[in-house]
Amino acid sequence: MTNFIDEIYTTDCMFLIGTNTTENHPVISIKMKQAVIHGKAKLIVADPREIDMVGFADIWLRQKPGTDVALINGLMNVIIEERLFAEKYVNERTENVEGLKESVKSYYPEYVEEITGVPRDDIRKAARLYAEARRGSIYYAMGITQHITGTDNVKSLANMAMLCGNVGIQGGGVNPLRGQNNVQGACDLGALPNVYPAYQKVDNKDIRAKFEQAWGVSSLSSRPGLTVTEMIIAAEKGDLKALYIMGENPLVSDPDLNHVKKALENLDFMVVQDIFMTETAKLADVVLPAVSFAEKNGTFTNTERRVQRITKAIEPLKEAHPDWKIISELATKMGYEMAYESAEDIFSEMRTVTPRYAGMSYERIAEEGGLQWPCPAQDHPGTPYLHKGKFVRGKGLFHAVEFIPPAELPDQEFPLLLSTGRVLYHYLAGTLTRKDEGLNFRYPNAYVEMNPSDTFELGIEEEEIVRVSSRRGDINVAVKVTRRSPKGVVFIPFHFIEAPANRLTNPAFDPIAKIPEYKVCAVKVEKIN
Amino acid sequence: MGELAITIDGRELTAEKGKTILEICRKNGIHVPTLCYHPRLRVVGKCRVCVVEGEPRLTTACTTPVEREGMVVFTKSKRVLEARRMVVELLLAGGDHNCLFCDSNGRCELQDLAYELKMEQPRFPIDQPAWTIDNSNPMIFRDLNKCVLCGRCVRACNEVQVNNVIDFGYRGHRGKIVTDGDKDYADSTCVFCGECVQVCPTGALMEQKARFGGRPWDAKVVTSTCAYCGIGCSIDLHVVDGKVVKITGTEDGVVNKGSLCAKGRFGYDFIHHEDRLTTPLIRENGSFRKASWDEALGRVPAVWEK
Repeated sequence: MTNFIDEIYTTDCMFLIGTNTTENHPVISIKMKQAVIHGKAKLIVADPREIDMVGFADIWLRQKPGTDVALINGLMNVIIEERLFAEKYVNERTENVEGLKESVKSYYPEYVEEITGVPRDDIRKAARLYAEARRGSIYYAMGITQHITGTDNVKSLANMAMLCGNVGIQGGGVNPLRGQNNVQGACDLGALPNVYPAYQKVDNKDIRAKFEQAWGVSSLSSRPGLTVTEMIIAAEKGDLKALYIMGENPLVSDPDLNHVKKALENLDFMVVQDIFMTETAKLADVVLPAVSFAEKNGTFTNTERRVQRITKAIEPLKEAHPDWKIISELATKMGYEMAYESAEDIFSEMRTVTPRYAGMSYERIAEEGGLQWPCPAQDHPGTPYLHKGKFVRGKGLFHAVEFIPPAELPDQEFPLLLSTGRVLYHYLAGTLTRKDEGLNFRYPNAYVEMNPSDTFELGIEEEEIVRVSSRRGDINVAVKVTRRSPKGVVFIPFHFIEAPANRLTNPAFDPIAKIPEYKVCAVKVEKIN
Repeated sequence: MGELAITIDGRELTAEKGKTILEICRKNGIHVPTLCYHPRLRVVGKCRVCVVEGEPRLTTACTTPVEREGMVVFTKSKRVLEARRMVVELLLAGGDHNCLFCDSNGRCELQDLAYELKMEQPRFPIDQPAWTIDNSNPMIFRDLNKCVLCGRCVRACNEVQVNNVIDFGYRGHRGKIVTDGDKDYADSTCVFCGECVQVCPTGALMEQKARFGGRPWDAKVVTSTCAYCGIGCSIDLHVVDGKVVKITGTEDGVVNKGSLCAKGRFGYDFIHHEDRLTTPLIRENGSFRKASWDEALGRVPAVWEK
């Protein structure tokens, strides 16, 4: 997030797009709901599904899945046409506004209505509401990123925020709600194929030299590695021979599972480090028992860039080891001695090569209730919101973004559009939550959410088990009849191994971020007789 | 906002105008007991436990602002203690407050009040309400016989979590807390955030799984960060005999201020689950066998270096 979570209490207008906040970020949603019921903020929700936040919205834009760029360009078209944009801010702090204006010119509301299905007047109303707010904030999640145009979607949102002068102010911002406890921290500290900690590029000679010196090694590779989606492709081709998987269960969570299984079986060697025998671990050659969060020390960096402590509450179960210890022992066996005594040792070393974490220590994090990066020095208080006064790169750059439809849309053979996601009571591949009595009580099994007009056409009843198939596979799953999903769109949560939604999903991915298009593919639903 | 000179229990203090008597007392280390008051919830002045003597009438400290220079307040006068005692006597008479069979023994604000007010025998005959216990689900246990109708759960559900499930139902003697149209938790639209449990001052609402899991005074409380989504809610892990028996939201947690969701609060069965991997495994002839760390880790470099 460019801004921090509690700025929800100071914003005048929230624009939520592609975030089912009450289910996926419940504690953030309660702040949003409070802001609405106390009359502090207006709320615009853009989502194809009638999610719970719609009940609190001033305007609901029900765009067709995968048409976000068109919708956002449409909003900007109105903002520019009606001269609602922040002229002074745009002139002083940004560049290439002319390119943006040119690119959104054709996205007038009537045309955007055709693409997105959102009534033209609602587009106008929403544009005015967001643009006229003194402080407008944007919140988004996987509904924006899990598309072949994920990067374009985010750029479009950044365009709109800058156009209205909403970046670099309190109560504004472009705020991705991160889906996992430490996905922010993992990225910050270099768990990406192309960068070292703090996004320092591996293909930069000077940066390589810095890390070679810090780590006492020579000849670090100058080639970026593969992303997860690319690894699966490489494994299937036989270019990737061995894989070491930590705390991830791609046999439930990756798109096109039949294909993923083939790829993993094609490996010469696979190590899985996890706390449970996951579907993926069952295919491994070596399984290493890790510990749960309750058994280890460390830090998680949350969605607002706040580094917080996790504190060991119980001893590791039997022979399970914390991840850092396993990796250290393995590295030592491979000839590079890692002689750390604790997670804190590693944190302290990390600070020396990670400028934005440099001013943090376990002591400060505990005392100050976490610290938000950048925090470059010990006397630096951390940074609640980014781009204050000036963008990090200098001037905020507008990108001209054109609408591109999803990779696979419904057709005659597969007439329905499938979108996947999470539910409140489960998490990711279900490895943790599906072992929980309470959560399973509330949410025991998978379902396909279908609009009554679709079930009526197919003669399907509530709770009936149907076959849902795509070009890549099929699953049997119970039906939930609900107007939550619009006609022609079905939704399946992906947590359930016995009816894995990802057997159906399309592995087509965004060319830059390499994120798969989990949110759109074509399926058909049939009765089982 | 001006500063006012006031006197509380004979102590001369300065108070910020408009702050409540309770706020001024807490700031100055003067203990005034409360029950329906909760620092995170809207102040309603309902239970009258925080009664104080403030010139000259009795008034609730949590709702009465300091507005006048020279105000004189007594928090422990005979009159105050008598009134406070009566309030608590009546609360005790209206429910089944039997600490011997209550898991909240040792973390109950009503019990603390009875102790603080040096009660030995209930003054009034106990009118057992005989509400049906809601044992409908594995997360929240509700025994309305221990409810004091403070309404903290109502405010938590409607004003903090904004889930609008819990409310006061019925009238007079039949008045009670209801979920939706007086359904049990399982049949209601409750999303099991557990905020109601966290703010309940008695044993009326309890974490189902934590019952009989260990006494509160035996628990070591460790503050950590929730391991689910990216919000980073602060959580308190309650550990008894090396086992996590309960998770609650950290009241002064920077991000969540005590609030959690169903996963963060109740979704911790996995920690001690019987299926946890506890030893390294090596595949041999199509199945796994146990191995030492040394052996298992030894398998990896050989392959990697190829």
